[in-house]
Amino acid sequence: MASSTLTPPPAAARARRTGSARPGRRGIARWAVPLAPAVLLLIMFVAGPIVWSVWAAFTNAALTGAAAANTEFVGFENFQNLLADPAVWNATVLTLIFLFGSAIVGQNLLGLALALLMQRRNRVTRAFVSTVVVGAWVLPETVTAFTWAAFLGREGSLNTALAALGLPPQNWMYAAPIFAVILANIWKGTAFSMMVYSAALQEVPPDLKESARVDGASGVQTLRHVTLPLIRRSILTNLILITLQTLQVFTLIYIMTGGGPGTRSETLPVLMYEQAFDFGHLGYGTAIALVLLAVAGLVSAVYVRALRAEGSV
Amino acid sequence: MTISRLRLPARAAAAAAVLALAAAGCGGGSQEDDQTITVVYNTYGGFMALHNALEDVKPAFEEANPGWTLELQPLEVAEGDYRTRIQLMQRSPSTAPDIVYEDTFWIQGDVDAGYLAPLDEYMAGWEDAEQFNEAVGPAVTAADGQRYGVQLGTDTRGLFYNRELLESAGVEVPWEPETWEDVLEAARAVQREHPDVIPFNMYSGTPAAEASSMQGFQMLLAGTEDRLYDEASGLWVTRSQGFNDSLEFVQTVWDEELGPPIEDALNPNIGSVVGQEWLPEGRLAIALDGSWKSQTWLETGGRPWPEWSEELGWTAMPTQNGQEPGRVSMSGGWALAISAHSPNPEMAFEAISIATNRENSLNYVSMASEIPVRDDVREDPAYVEANPANEFFSGLVDVTEFRPAFAEYPQVSDQVMVAMESVMTGSTPEEAAQIYAEEVTGIVGPEMVTEAP
Repeated sequence: MASSTLTPPPAAARARRTGSARPGRRGIARWAVPLAPAVLLLIMFVAGPIVWSVWAAFTNAALTGAAAANTEFVGFENFQNLLADPAVWNATVLTLIFLFGSAIVGQNLLGLALALLMQRRNRVTRAFVSTVVVGAWVLPETVTAFTWAAFLGREGSLNTALAALGLPPQNWMYAAPIFAVILANIWKGTAFSMMVYSAALQEVPPDLKESARVDGASGVQTLRHVTLPLIRRSILTNLILITLQTLQVFTLIYIMTGGGPGTRSETLPVLMYEQAFDFGHLGYGTAIALVLLAVAGLVSAVYVRALRAEGSV
Repeated sequence: MTISRLRLPARAAAAAAVLALAAAGCGGGSQEDDQTITVVYNTYGGFMALHNALEDVKPAFEEANPGWTLELQPLEVAEGDYRTRIQLMQRSPSTAPDIVYEDTFWIQGDVDAGYLAPLDEYMAGWEDAEQFNEAVGPAVTAADGQRYGVQLGTDTRGLFYNRELLESAGVEVPWEPETWEDVLEAARAVQREHPDVIPFNMYSGTPAAEASSMQGFQMLLAGTEDRLYDEASGLWVTRSQGFNDSLEFVQTVWDEELGPPIEDALNPNIGSVVGQEWLPEGRLAIALDGSWKSQTWLETGGRPWPEWSEELGWTAMPTQNGQEPGRVSMSGGWALAISAHSPNPEMAFEAISIATNRENSLNYVSMASEIPVRDDVREDPAYVEANPANEFFSGLVDVTEFRPAFAEYPQVSDQVMVAMESVMTGSTPEEAAQIYAEEVTGIVGPEMVTEAP
């Protein structure tokens, strides 16, 4: 179900294109005029800021100081500084760790595992598990961040529990801040992968699994050779979506650790915010945003290519 | 109308109407009434002192100037966001308020950005101007020598200490340290006598943010011969002896375990831990902190502690070796400034002069637990008697110093915190000062840096 809604069948797209191209001038007015308000709004509030931020990335735009009065075009200076800035490299590595740990491994595998385990369970179990997991997903990011900060904090619930068991307390937020935010993001985001996979698994014809079992395949072998190949497209689609979601996670990290201690959980979005708003360097901040956009674009291009290759098989 | 001729669905017309309204709303901005003065300020974190003060100013201003209106526009946003918000507002004449409430150390940057109007001309015609203490003048004076704000109040910094802990450790009370070594010696005495007590706290490292740089590091640096920025040459100073010595002090505090455990020191909330737990519970002997700290312990504060003024003593932070002037302090504080876009700067100044007159200043500093900048308010018995520490902390205004108020300062300050954190966690002061020098050169440019001999 979900896999087909996530990747619209090409036939529908083709039908829409021919439908709009046919009518004459009167026909154009027929769809252009009602669309105009929406298009204008999109241009004003979506395209406008994007164009502005691309332009700003090539200037020394600032919130205060002399550069705010006389904003100048500086060419590729922001990008040169960016390449030489150890903070950017640090943030890039942390962003990739965060992406890999919380999305590609954490949410993806945990979501798949939950979806597999929930198959063939009774309705009560399914309803209970989905409510809990989806509940975490529905919570606003700020609430999630505060919850996890309270849980992992030095005098938080986790340490209270550890102490009750006679175990030494841990200071996660200080000792392993990136791990703490990865955990929180897995907790928050797993529901999405779980729902995508639950839907995809329902599409796997039961008779295929049945026949595999008759042929003597074990549970793991059935999963490896029957189920996974059949839901490959959903896996790729899910990976694209959670990658894009995870790359832009800001609120969670900003509230939990503020990017610290030091810069040990400062991912690209947090660094971008710090540069643009704490230090007032709008130009440099938007340059970092463009880099983030490029990274996201690159990753999705890789996935889309893989997806297309899969589709043609 | 063309729209009705096309007989479009009602929905499209409605959408167009909404769009037209939205466009009209964008262009309008605040209704630019010729006879209105707007003032923008912050009420974040329950900070109502200014709001209450301005509510008294409004009728006074309107009565004195018939036909004019003072429009109060309180924002309620966290401090960093407040700065962004007002800077964005000041970028355009259609959104800029007439009067804006600014942290004094944003002033230079906002003057460079062309956001603020100079006030010397108006100050010259205002008899109260001479009441403003000379020591706080630099805080609102930009590089061009003109004043750009009128201060509401300020703050100072010094040492709070637990009388009983120091006395029982053999330190003479009232305690009056004359050098850094005296401070460390007292902390060592406490450490020997009370192993379960934290002998000394100063804010340090990146999590405590500006408190580390200003309340911690710059309180040390101000007691040396060096500064972060050399006023005379207009250059940022790196590799100075004073910078190294200050870092060495930080290193000593954590090497000898005179300070709080490192994970506590690097807790972003350490400020409230000190005020709400450590000092009231007698778990900390000496705290380098701000004049406003006692606000928490008043009946109206977050952690009432009626005995605080008997259990705690307070004294000035000494200079490094007892050199003149013997005590140091750093100050911040907020001011009312006039936007460069204001069509009525004279009337805006009129409103500011009412807000900062003797009576309103006294009310404001009492409500906000700030240090008066007007000499007549500082000496007013009503102020002196309001809090037993008021007289002492307001006396520090005579020696107090301000942060270098430049657009680059927040980034330089960030590097100060990084340098502090690295000596706390094992680097030598020389290594940290070297990295600081390289980073600061990168931030302000090599032509803006001087190396101390």
